[in-house]
Amino acid sequence: MSVDTETVRRIARLARIRISDEELKPLARELSAILQWVEQLNEVDTENVPPMTSVEEDMPMKKRKDIVTDGDCVEDILANAPAREGNFFVVPKVVE
Amino acid sequence: MTDLTRLTIAEALKGLKRRDFTATELVEAYLDAMAAGRALNAYVVETPDKALEMARESDERLARGEARPLEGIPIGVKDLFATRGVHTQACSHILDDFKPTYESTVTANLWNDGAVMLGKLNMDEFAMGSSNETSYYGPAINPWRRKDSEEKLVPGGSSGGSAAAVAARLCAGATATDTGGSIRQPAAFTGTVGIKPTYGRCSRWGIVAFASSLDQAGPIARTVKDAAILLTSMAGHDEKDTTSANVPVPDFAAAATQERDLKGMRIGIPKEYRVEGMPEEIDRLWQQGAAWLAERGAEIVEVSLPHTKYALPAYYIVAPAEASSNLARYDGVRYGLRVEGDDLIGMYENTRAEGFGAEVKRRVLIGTYVLSAGYYDAYYLKAQKVRTLIRRDFEKAFEQVDALLTPATPSAAFPLGAMTDDPLQMYLNDIFTVTVNMAGLPGISVPAGFSAEGLPLALQIIGRPFDEETLFTVAAHVEDAAGLDLDPPQWWK
Repeated sequence: MSVDTETVRRIARLARIRISDEELKPLARELSAILQWVEQLNEVDTENVPPMTSVEEDMPMKKRKDIVTDGDCVEDILANAPAREGNFFVVPKVVE
Repeated sequence: MTDLTRLTIAEALKGLKRRDFTATELVEAYLDAMAAGRALNAYVVETPDKALEMARESDERLARGEARPLEGIPIGVKDLFATRGVHTQACSHILDDFKPTYESTVTANLWNDGAVMLGKLNMDEFAMGSSNETSYYGPAINPWRRKDSEEKLVPGGSSGGSAAAVAARLCAGATATDTGGSIRQPAAFTGTVGIKPTYGRCSRWGIVAFASSLDQAGPIARTVKDAAILLTSMAGHDEKDTTSANVPVPDFAAAATQERDLKGMRIGIPKEYRVEGMPEEIDRLWQQGAAWLAERGAEIVEVSLPHTKYALPAYYIVAPAEASSNLARYDGVRYGLRVEGDDLIGMYENTRAEGFGAEVKRRVLIGTYVLSAGYYDAYYLKAQKVRTLIRRDFEKAFEQVDALLTPATPSAAFPLGAMTDDPLQMYLNDIFTVTVNMAGLPGISVPAGFSAEGLPLALQIIGRPFDEETLFTVAAHVEDAAGLDLDPPQWWK
């Protein structure tokens, strides 16, 4: 599959990465090359093959009691915030 | 006194216990080597104060006769591991100034066993790369150079700083991680030993996530025994990682010896690894490795892994898909870089445009695309089915053999910039290593010879899940048979 610049613009929007108009063409070319290369997977017959959903298929999934084991660490959580006010992260205004 | 940085970890542990030298003296020797080795750009941050403080504590314990398994051993840490209060940025601009308030389980295990932290090591941004050239901090440089050449070579990636630092004696050993070959390929390029253990052997908690179903931590060291000593400390069950396996950790160092017999062991040679265009010297090295193991009593058996060629394309669906999801968290709100915008989404988009490098953007976009509506079945689901087939190939092979012997990389280290214009060519570096991640198996890279140009070349041994001990034993035999002098001339001083 080859992707056009419009598709790149759409994926970039989904991925929340600003892409300039000049970047669109080279990116479309690079992504198309990669996608065309992965298409060799179509040669493989995967009829009746289950997808691998866990690397540790033989191991039972671990579970723990649904109880609070952590907390009271507001300062730790906010320690690296680019912008904070009191105990809150600050973001640009969302609702007018 | 001899140069303490020449000692292996096993030798340094003995010397410290005998009080031939102190942990402080050992650390000072490494701090001097690091200062003299900055041209290699292996470290992105040096932590001398912390190192000396940890060494003092080690000296006190050694004096009291209370030494822990790694007491006083100076270690470099890949920038992907969270280290409390210390620069942790996965060598990305988007994590500017991030200093975690917690410690990764693997590094905590090392410090609890007495190891000493020297600093944080260079790497490809978010571990995405095979040459260390995608680092925000510039490439690390391979201490090895071609005969009669001063051209700078890459140390491999993504754990390029780890491999360069170990090879140049800027640390006794290093932590690294491997998602598609990021421990084994740089180890191969620098004449060091690197093991990617079985998925689940080391906790992923506190390691910046790239592709969660593939990421595994492991050591890079100068000898097979040193790698075994480090892995014994790094590994272990961790409740904070649900994929961490609750299995006992053996004393790997006891298995890392050529004194363990290979008689009765069957070593598989997967015929599909004889890829088109493989340099003759790699093929020769591979045959030599098989001959060594046969001389020492192993039976060499040809096996087939028919889906080998599909591992790399399947990986380039699975890994970017998981990465696009894992990297969604870098939004300029909670940590790291923030670039303002007209509104909230504008802020996200500007932050991620400026914070991510070209390769990371490429992979996030590929991942977003293959997971987007209408394409999931064609790409992601297909790749996961192929992954099942790759795993079955190995299961079948391991019915016949105890381990597999393959080349580690399709070439020796290449010059800086040689592959940066062609992402696909760069991806092919992982052709022999990526299958192992797709199947969740352990793999070790061990130096086995030199190229015609005088650069280190390595072989890879692949084993059954949680059978790292066999890998260490076979690797110890390869190391012993090869008998290489892996000390590069110190041109950087």
